[in-house]
Amino acid sequence: MAQWTERELWGWGRYPRVPARVGRPERRSEVMAAFADRDASGLLAHGLGRSYGDAALLRDGKVLLTRRLDRMLAFDPETGWLRCEAGVSIEDILETFVPRGWFPPVTPGTKFVTVGGALACDIHGKNHHVDGCWSNHVRRVELLTASGDVVICDAQNEPELFKATVGGMGLTGLMLSMEVQLVPIHSPWIEMESVRVENLDHFFEVSAESADFTHTVSWIDCVTTGKGMGRGIFMRGRHARPHIDGNEGVVGVAKDVLAPFLDVPVDGPSWLLNKASIKTFNEVYFRRHPKGSHESVVHFEPFFYPLDAIRNWNRIYGKRGFLQYQLVVPREPDHRSLRAVLEAITSSGMGSFLAVIKEFGAQDNGGLSFPMPGVTLALDFANYGDPLLALLDRLDRIVVEAGGRVYLGKDARLEPDTFRAMYPDWKAWRDVRDTWDPTGVFRSDLGRRLGLCMGGV
Amino acid sequence: MTTLVLGATSRIAQQIAQRYAESGDKVFVAARDVEEAERIAADLAVRHQVKALAGRFDALATDDHSGLIDHVEAELGPVTTAILAFGDMGDQDRSQESFADAKRVIDVNYTGAVSICEALAAKMTSRGAGTIVGVGSVAGDRGRKSNYIYGSAKGAFGLYLQGLRNRLHSEGVHVMTAKLGFVDTRMTYGMATKIPVASPEAASAAIFEAARRRVDVLYYPSFWRAIMGVIKGIPEKAFKRLSL
Ligand SMILES: Cc1cc2nc3c(=O)[nH]c(=O)nc-3n(C[C@H](O)[C@H](O)[C@H](O)COP(=O)(O)OP(=O)(O)OC[C@H]3O[C@@H](n4cnc5c(N)ncnc54)[C@H](O)[C@@H]3O)c2cc1C
Ligand SMILES: NC(=O)c1ccc[n+]([C@@H]2O[C@H](COP(=O)([O-])OP(=O)(O)OC[C@H]3O[C@@H](n4cnc5c(N)ncnc54)[C@H](OP(=O)(O)O)[C@@H]3O)[C@@H](O)[C@H]2O)c1
Repeated sequence: MAQWTERELWGWGRYPRVPARVGRPERRSEVMAAFADRDASGLLAHGLGRSYGDAALLRDGKVLLTRRLDRMLAFDPETGWLRCEAGVSIEDILETFVPRGWFPPVTPGTKFVTVGGALACDIHGKNHHVDGCWSNHVRRVELLTASGDVVICDAQNEPELFKATVGGMGLTGLMLSMEVQLVPIHSPWIEMESVRVENLDHFFEVSAESADFTHTVSWIDCVTTGKGMGRGIFMRGRHARPHIDGNEGVVGVAKDVLAPFLDVPVDGPSWLLNKASIKTFNEVYFRRHPKGSHESVVHFEPFFYPLDAIRNWNRIYGKRGFLQYQLVVPREPDHRSLRAVLEAITSSGMGSFLAVIKEFGAQDNGGLSFPMPGVTLALDFANYGDPLLALLDRLDRIVVEAGGRVYLGKDARLEPDTFRAMYPDWKAWRDVRDTWDPTGVFRSDLGRRLGLCMGGV
Repeated sequence: MTTLVLGATSRIAQQIAQRYAESGDKVFVAARDVEEAERIAADLAVRHQVKALAGRFDALATDDHSGLIDHVEAELGPVTTAILAFGDMGDQDRSQESFADAKRVIDVNYTGAVSICEALAAKMTSRGAGTIVGVGSVAGDRGRKSNYIYGSAKGAFGLYLQGLRNRLHSEGVHVMTAKLGFVDTRMTYGMATKIPVASPEAASAAIFEAARRRVDVLYYPSFWRAIMGVIKGIPEKAFKRLSL
């Protein structure tokens, strides 16, 4: 007997919000019971809901929250291989393994994601240029497929299914468990250096000379035009070497004391993030950092997860929610497309409050996996409605023109034709998916919108 | 130290097991669904680097209860803490229609609990040490038409634990009753309630702490003590007309 409850679901952007019948299995037999109880409306896994748009949503369908399927099943302290259920979070892994000297091989900008979500979106982190994506550290997945069979797939067994599941947005089946290899660390500390970059060209110079840092990312000001266009603060770091010791000091204590208060308990008013406040924020953030570079040893939490300290920060954007737009474009000598994107944003007057830029490495996993060699830019926009959607359509055209793509894990509005131009592998991916799920058991709103599964428009 | 968790597939039970494993205890995970119990044991072993084993426990199979404890002690040493987390809320309407259904609810929550507690008490008194934690319910504080079969069984379990506590106190064995209000688990999933619902993590942390401090009766969330105080105070004449 499976239990379903009618409720609204949404992603991190809180746009869109859709009704669904939601189940929350706590054990294997309940997953199987829920699967047996599926109907024509389809089925989808939902992890911690940190994808921004509609990847983890299925209007009027049956959605399974995987968060309580969170058992760690085996760990090999010789090699770092961890076998765990798909609802285990990065936070769980950090809590368990950092004290023992291990770290997730790749981590996004929040620790509140499940490993299932990490593989389904084939997430990347600040170390993409060195270590690739999440899937590059996963050797095996246990997948509940549309036939009801549990298939263990890896490079030898059903390799096509394995590949399609990487970045497969939950549409090849429901992951039950996976094997991921953690990386050894000496301490929770990060040797970090921040560099103020004065414009886009300077960003690329600093990025090029950061080769001996395993982790890089840069905050970028998306408001300033002219000579200072693309200015920002470049952060680079590495897990601390054995002789380096850090100290959380006053900041650490303050953080613990303040933690319960750092919450956005209600929706922000619509005027909170306007042109002026975004401009001021960007100006202050940039000015606060002295010219040149600054070295420090910091705890991994503020380095990797600065926003996790403020719970529900997504509510600051108010009731209408927000959209994130993340693009990657191949390297161009004059960074023409990036400039065009930045210009389109500044001239639209719809500033992005938080924007980050990073150069990806060579790793490209194909299929629907997002990262490819080039530079990625992620932008948050309050939901301004139609004018914003029009701006994003304009950005799409620049990105397609440049041979780039946008990240499906953050998307809520891409058109199918544009998507196909961005992901030329989509047809091959869809063929594999259709072989394993000919009747369209697994669906999502994103999949229906982009023609990746049955029930599309 | 060894903790035995009975009805371990409950989310509350799993979280309590986490707390004991974190404190260094070996854990025996006992449940009807042995395959799942094994996953839970594996998880405890990976997360806390303690020895954790799994085995079968059915509250209704009372003939097997003392054998289970022998088995646990042979594998992991004397049980220092036992958590009785199993429970069966049944369905009030079905229990009214079919006595077999009502009997199962009574037997899981009460008869089975008495059976395993007596077996545990025998072992613990012989050593003059140990803690037994019974997970009860605020539903056992007063009979109500919406769930009195379950409520009466939990209420009887509460009375039983009172007596056992009284008996074992002088033997150096502690008995705690944890009366839970709404906790967000499989049992209550999807139920609409205006009263705040506690997370299983918070409930289990409270139970673990209270057991360490040798609390006799814990209400969690604690405001339920006040609510049930009021509800128990309503005269029967008025109460019988209410729909609660
Ligand atoms: C603050 C913040 C920072 C972020 N930074 C980054 C970043 O740096 N890099 C990056 O790559 N991403 C980043 N993300 C995006 C996030 O990492 C991904 O969207 C991730 O997939 C979220 O995991 P989740 O568990 O919340 O999954 P959900 O959002 O719940 O689901 C995402 C997708 O995974 C599928 N899925 C989840 N579990 C399963 C399962 N068990 N079986 C099959 N399919 C499943 C869902 O169906 C859905 O398609 C960030 C998000 C936030 C909010
Ligand atoms: N959730 C609440 O709001 C709430 C409130 C008050 C009290 N409680 C009590 O809290 C305890 C844990 O419940 P929960 O909320 O976590 O719900 P739950 O997940 O349904 O847990 C109940 C557990 O009891 C087990 N069980 C049922 N019949 C059994 C039997 N014959 N033999 C052995 N085990 C049996 C179940 O195992 P199977 O998986 O094998 O069925 C399950 O693990 C229960 O005692 C419950 O009465 C809960």
